[in-house]
Amino acid sequence: MRYETERTRRRGHADTATDTLARGLGIFSIAFGIAEIAAPRSLARALGMKGQEGLIAGYGVREIVTGIGILASKDPTPWIWGRVAGDGLDLATLATALEGRNPKKGNVGIAMAAVAGVTALDFYCAQTLSRESPHPLPPMQDYSDRTGYPRGIGQSHGAAQDFEVPRDFRTPEAMRPYSQPQAPQRPMPSM
Amino acid sequence: MKALVWHGTTDIRCDSVPDPQIEHPRDAIIKVTSCAICGSDLHLYNHFMPGMKSGDIMGHETMGEVVEVGAESKGKLKVGDRVVIPFTIICGECDQCKRGNFSVCERTNRNGHIAAKAFGHTTAGLFGYTHLTGGYPGGQAEYLRVPFADATHIKVPNSLSDEQLLFLSDIFPTGWQAAVQCDIEPTDTVAIWGAGPVGQMAIRSAILLGAKQVIVIDRVPERLDMAKAGGAITINLDEESVIERLNELTNGKGPEKCIDAVGMEAHATATIDSMYDRVKQATMMETDRPHVLREMAYVCRPAGTLSVPGVYGGLLDKIPFGAIMNKGLTIRTGQTHVNRWTDDLLRRIEEGQIDPSFVITHTVPLDQGPDMYKIFRDKQDGCIKVVLKP
Repeated sequence: MRYETERTRRRGHADTATDTLARGLGIFSIAFGIAEIAAPRSLARALGMKGQEGLIAGYGVREIVTGIGILASKDPTPWIWGRVAGDGLDLATLATALEGRNPKKGNVGIAMAAVAGVTALDFYCAQTLSRESPHPLPPMQDYSDRTGYPRGIGQSHGAAQDFEVPRDFRTPEAMRPYSQPQAPQRPMPSM
Repeated sequence: MKALVWHGTTDIRCDSVPDPQIEHPRDAIIKVTSCAICGSDLHLYNHFMPGMKSGDIMGHETMGEVVEVGAESKGKLKVGDRVVIPFTIICGECDQCKRGNFSVCERTNRNGHIAAKAFGHTTAGLFGYTHLTGGYPGGQAEYLRVPFADATHIKVPNSLSDEQLLFLSDIFPTGWQAAVQCDIEPTDTVAIWGAGPVGQMAIRSAILLGAKQVIVIDRVPERLDMAKAGGAITINLDEESVIERLNELTNGKGPEKCIDAVGMEAHATATIDSMYDRVKQATMMETDRPHVLREMAYVCRPAGTLSVPGVYGGLLDKIPFGAIMNKGLTIRTGQTHVNRWTDDLLRRIEEGQIDPSFVITHTVPLDQGPDMYKIFRDKQDGCIKVVLKP
């Protein structure tokens, strides 16, 4: 579980939404890993990657280990980053299947698009978790009553309009017609 | 006595040091009752300002009770007087002091020749703020020697608390001068970058001076909340586009008046140009990170004013002077001429127009100062302003 930081108004609160997403990715990881171990031949055939069944089963083991890591650890952040790295490996491996005369190139393209989508989700999750704190920070202080006006803002707004701005701090007279909303006193000179 | 002493980058310690003594007939010694950590102290803590030496005593927001007076100050001060000490040391007699330009006093910087080399001319001596400004020991200590004490003080009444008065030393007049530099009209929108202590004071000053609309830009939720309490519309730069939002709030025309209450250490990773500045700083090719100046110049309404109370130290890169020149912007800046404003501001505190103590978030004993520097710098625990009690 990670906690919101001073970047948000919910500082100190647990980020349960991202935690749920991380656990969902963990379950997905285990399920996909089991599929890779159980049916490497079918997957290899569908992707035109015959002869690489061992590699696919190996990737299945990686998925299961990562998934268990996400679900079993107190802080899933490093495991989710592990998934991002694994996604990169998957994409690189699939890219090799686009070479040559693979009749299943279409399937490979679909698989790459699916992996890219999961990669985006993994990256978002990992980045969000990394920005957060592993420990709950003290909740945000409430300064909404710190007005600084003992008699209320209504009484203080404009209370210093009696203050005469010193001559050396005033907007130069020549600039006033341009810096203020009223129209200039003289006709505008032509260029 | 105990004092907070600078030993190097991010190394401030509470040390035992010799008590100060009268060194000149115009001196006075005060027993410090309250002092504060200023945002500009962080420039020293992070060692972005040159001219610090190991052993320098920090602090330039100080108040207390006079315990000893030199012979030439006796007409103006007496033992027992309650005083706030302005961060600028002033002689009260030179041409600049006579004009009220106290922060460029010609006589109080005993290292004026170094300042003249860096800036072309000397500026006033400052408490606890590098040897470029005189190398005077600061007020985060149990006692403080006040040079030119006959001029460098603000007498304050016993009817108000330290917390209400302490910030007359710096941040209140600094925020006030930032707003006065804008010459605010009732139709003006004033945009303020930075909701730290000076930004908070600038918001209240702009409200007191009757601005139509005050907008503040920051990224720390608690600071934005405090700014909102003071009457400002808030922009969280992490969540919205600053320029789009400012234009939206001003019907596409931009704010007439812009205040930079951030200065040289704009957040290093918040924007691309600040990251660029940070790299240049690390390679000694630039001293400051002027993101706010760039953004103000871009968004300010033509013929508007840029007011810069934020501290800059040296050489800045990629300033869009084309925008400044072609839009006819006025730039007003400078260290604060504290004593020029304090009589008026003290009256406004007494009348209840404002109570500057709203900004205090942490009050701790002096010996906890080193820890508070880190907490304040990292904006942890909702820290906005730290008061130290010796």
